Amino acid sequence: MLRALLQPLALLLAAPLLPGLVNRVKAAVAGRRGPPVWQLYADLWKLLHKGAVYSGTTSWIFRAGPMASLASAATAALLLPVGAFPAPISFAGDFLLFAGLLALGRFLTALAAMDTGSSFEGMGAAREVTFGSAAEPALLLGLAVLARATGSTSLQGMLGPGLSGAWAGAAPSLILAAVALGLLSLAENARIPVDDPSTHLELTMIHEVMVLDHSGPDLAFVQAGAALKLLLFGALLAQLVLAARPAGDLLGLVAFAGGLLAFVLLVGLVESAMARLRLQRVPQLLVGAAVLSLFALVLVLR
Amino acid sequence: MTSASWLDLAFVLVVLVDFYLLASSRLPAATRAVALQGAVLSAPPLLLAGGGHDPEHMLLLSAGALLVKAVLIPWLMFRAIRETAVRREVEPFVTPVTSMVLGAAGVAAAFALSRSLPLPSGGQHPFLVPTALGTVWVGLLLMVSRKEAVSQVLGFLVLENGVFLFGLLLSDVMPVMVEAGVLLDLLAAVFVMGIVMFDIQRELASLDTQKLQRLRD
Repeated sequence: MLRALLQPLALLLAAPLLPGLVNRVKAAVAGRRGPPVWQLYADLWKLLHKGAVYSGTTSWIFRAGPMASLASAATAALLLPVGAFPAPISFAGDFLLFAGLLALGRFLTALAAMDTGSSFEGMGAAREVTFGSAAEPALLLGLAVLARATGSTSLQGMLGPGLSGAWAGAAPSLILAAVALGLLSLAENARIPVDDPSTHLELTMIHEVMVLDHSGPDLAFVQAGAALKLLLFGALLAQLVLAARPAGDLLGLVAFAGGLLAFVLLVGLVESAMARLRLQRVPQLLVGAAVLSLFALVLVLR
Repeated sequence: MTSASWLDLAFVLVVLVDFYLLASSRLPAATRAVALQGAVLSAPPLLLAGGGHDPEHMLLLSAGALLVKAVLIPWLMFRAIRETAVRREVEPFVTPVTSMVLGAAGVAAAFALSRSLPLPSGGQHPFLVPTALGTVWVGLLLMVSRKEAVSQVLGFLVLENGVFLFGLLLSDVMPVMVEAGVLLDLLAAVFVMGIVMFDIQRELASLDTQKLQRLRD
């Protein structure tokens, strides 16, 4: 019971570190010093102490959106094993719940954006949902590869100790699934080849558009939720790639943190090296990720 | 790693290049990908050489594939791209997303159905036949869905790569001269296509095959 409370809380507290580290990597590559890694903590603290402004045209949906999307990400964090620690909650088929909770967060954010009645935010919501419809099959197919390779349908079995046996038997498909999930984590977290997290008021942005009207604590929830989502995808990839974890709670945790650091470094390097794709090319990237997952699934199904 | 897992890797790489070609619209990058596919294809004959095949035969086949598919033909293609100054496929008949989905469906079908084919291959690697069939399908798709002559030639090369993989099944009974002849034929075909491309370019100032619709003498 205590662990069930502790894990989402710990991940939520650690999450704002990730965007800070990505920004530091980008700054280092560009030859700048960059903001401190705890910048997002300071931003969240500031926002939590502000009041919120609500437009008269919005309803309770607009107020519920940020809280519900943060809550859905925190609930999804309950299903992941972290390092050598087992997932606090696990049951057969819970990887569908994981994908469903992420989809719920996306749905509520889009709904809150449309509740404002602003055409700009509606456009952002339309884009988010369009790309989501290509991203979700890729996520489910990638998780299905893991389920088939490990013979388990709970994330604890798929990412826990059972995974090292799967790496021995089905390494090519697991590599493909990891690449597909990596591409997906860039798209789902609005990172560069898909969306640019550092721009405001650009006509090509997707995620940032939807949260333009949120302010104060609501904006803090949105940002914390986005950071947690980045952490969830990083954790998924770290657990997948570091299948042969050293035994022991502490060592496992250190390896997990190392995996997250490698993920952050990779995201930062991709963001420094690439330009954002044209909007019409984004579905191509996502369908490419889905095709990779499908091919990996075909390989393990044989 | 054992030779079986190296083979796994080679076949997976061949299929990945197939998918990349379906998605890409830049001709130089696509040509490099075809060259990579040709280089990867020179590995399976060597890796299969352990399993009761004639080693000299396989070595010749591998060296021939590397020389023709990964060096000579890409060099000719790059020359054609440079001379005609066509850099990208602008508007294919089938969008990249649709063609990727079609390609994935074809590859999945190849992997699902290849076991029920009555082939004379007892101890072959399980990925050999589906990779060959999937690559043939992708090559065909590239040839019919693109408008630029250069991409159509690339599709033909991918198709031929699939046929080459399929030919590995029969490498025990096929003499070296036949296979060397096939590789030479391919080189000659690309040579002729290169000349045709120059002529189309000179005549129409573009390589868009859509413009080749009227027949006169």
